[in-house]
Amino acid sequence: MADQPGRVAAQGLWHNNPALVQLLGLCPLLAVSGSVVNALGLGLATLFVLTASNLTVSLIRRVVPDAVRIPVFVMVIATLVTCVELLMRAFTYELYQILGIFIPLIVTNCVILGRAESFASRNPVGLAALDGFAQGLGFALVIVAVGAIRELLGNGTLFANMALLLGPPAADWEIRIAERGLLVAVLPPGAFLVVGLLIALKHRIDTGLKARAAARGQAAPAASRRVRTTGAIH
Amino acid sequence: MSPLSSPHLHAPLDTPRLMRLVVAATLPGLVGLLWNFGWGPLINVLLASVFALGWEATALWIRRRPVSFTLADSSALVTGVLLGLALPPLAPWWLVAVGTFFAIVVAKQLYGGLGYNPFNPAMVGYVVLLISFPVEMTTWFTPRELLPEGVALPGLGESLSRVFLPGAQVSPADAFTGATPLDLFKHQTGLLVEQIYAAYPLFARAELAGYGWEWVNLGFLIGGAFLLAQRVYTWHAPVGMLLGIALPAALFYDGGSSESGGSPLFHLFSGATMLGAFFIVTDPVTAAASRRGRLFQGLLAGVLVYLIRTFGNYPDAVAFAVLLTNFAAPLLDHYTLPRTYGHRRARRGTEKIDG
Repeated sequence: MADQPGRVAAQGLWHNNPALVQLLGLCPLLAVSGSVVNALGLGLATLFVLTASNLTVSLIRRVVPDAVRIPVFVMVIATLVTCVELLMRAFTYELYQILGIFIPLIVTNCVILGRAESFASRNPVGLAALDGFAQGLGFALVIVAVGAIRELLGNGTLFANMALLLGPPAADWEIRIAERGLLVAVLPPGAFLVVGLLIALKHRIDTGLKARAAARGQAAPAASRRVRTTGAIH
Repeated sequence: MSPLSSPHLHAPLDTPRLMRLVVAATLPGLVGLLWNFGWGPLINVLLASVFALGWEATALWIRRRPVSFTLADSSALVTGVLLGLALPPLAPWWLVAVGTFFAIVVAKQLYGGLGYNPFNPAMVGYVVLLISFPVEMTTWFTPRELLPEGVALPGLGESLSRVFLPGAQVSPADAFTGATPLDLFKHQTGLLVEQIYAAYPLFARAELAGYGWEWVNLGFLIGGAFLLAQRVYTWHAPVGMLLGIALPAALFYDGGSSESGGSPLFHLFSGATMLGAFFIVTDPVTAAASRRGRLFQGLLAGVLVYLIRTFGNYPDAVAFAVLLTNFAAPLLDHYTLPRTYGHRRARRGTEKIDG
């Protein structure tokens, strides 16, 4: 199939987005999305782990016996997370301290084990790595969007403290739009509200696209077999 | 008029009439607030009603629901009035706008409108404001009669300018702001109840609880009694809530020692007790379905109010307690299903009916 890479990418970024459609990895998505810098740090770490774990799992998929595949996958993921943790401790120590337990907890992010099990262990290396990258990017984009909305509403700023992640050049990136904000947005209820509204927005866009496709007289493309927990089940 | 002779069967109250009765019943309490705190509460109530109706109309229009038909049920008006009564006097207009937005759009219309909201809309709005803007939300006034010599509550003009131009004020509001009785009592450690009562005119000049506030609470009690007489709701939820506050208060009164949580009378006539018991916890949409369920829900809310007031960080807790018991309503329904006529015992909410 020639268009398979394109379809894999579209699945990860939109149609089967881990954060908005599969609702996997909600714990970091809700807990670490208080500001753009936190969200970006965790998003990038997840992106890296997801791509590398899909690549590795796909490489070893023919030598791992079925019975022990889950422990093996977890070992692979834990190794990669340890690498990320050590890297962050070396280069972005303050951000590492802010994110705290959520960096080691990437091991338990269901998106990663889910993709290893359902995609990487059944597909060739190139495609598996692309899937990991697309799913990771989909997750990272959503968590950064949630972080941006919550930071803007809750603190009235955008890109505050980006130097924690990107070093001195990013020191003056902070955009202050209001003196203070709606504190509830940076508190836990705000995370649920913003994620819920983003899911609603995605549904709205999908409905609009489907209506437009129907108006053009084309049948909407048949949905692929995939994990879905929100929206209509096809 | 149809030419039928008596006896007539009364039509049950429909939603618009019921809602208007509730609004009318808040009047005695509102009068108490106006007498003690000046024009602020009236501006709050009017502003919150206008915003609530505006948000409701906007949300209905976006959802393509009939706007004028739904607005006429007055439920948004009740939400606005209740939120307006709960807000501190002379809250800036944007505070009211944000609060009513969360109450009407987020807590009510996003869930599907009247009848589908799991949480009391007015209290959702209040809690969002309280945790987002703690300073604005805890700025209450000293009751009119207790103001120091030469200080008066702001008149209508100044009140309006404080509400609509909050940034342009020359004189700070410090002159007439003051602690509420609950605030004051909470922050007196190491004093006997007697000593606290003697030291502050807020208590020394009061008959029941705290000066001014006791009259506000009496006003809401009268309004509630009116609604009970009109059979808008049964006694179960309000009495449950008042008992839930009074019983633990009696238990922890401790003879008025320095560790005392305050007398039952103090808790019954302070803060938002009566507003909560007769106007908030009685909301039929978010309450348990059966009478027994509502009694337990009221008790639970009352106990929570007492616990948070006495051992928590916030001076008053009606909004938190009501939201938490709204969570509990489905569970209460499961355990308090009434016995069906002809059955020996009540079913459980999740019991299979056949087989």
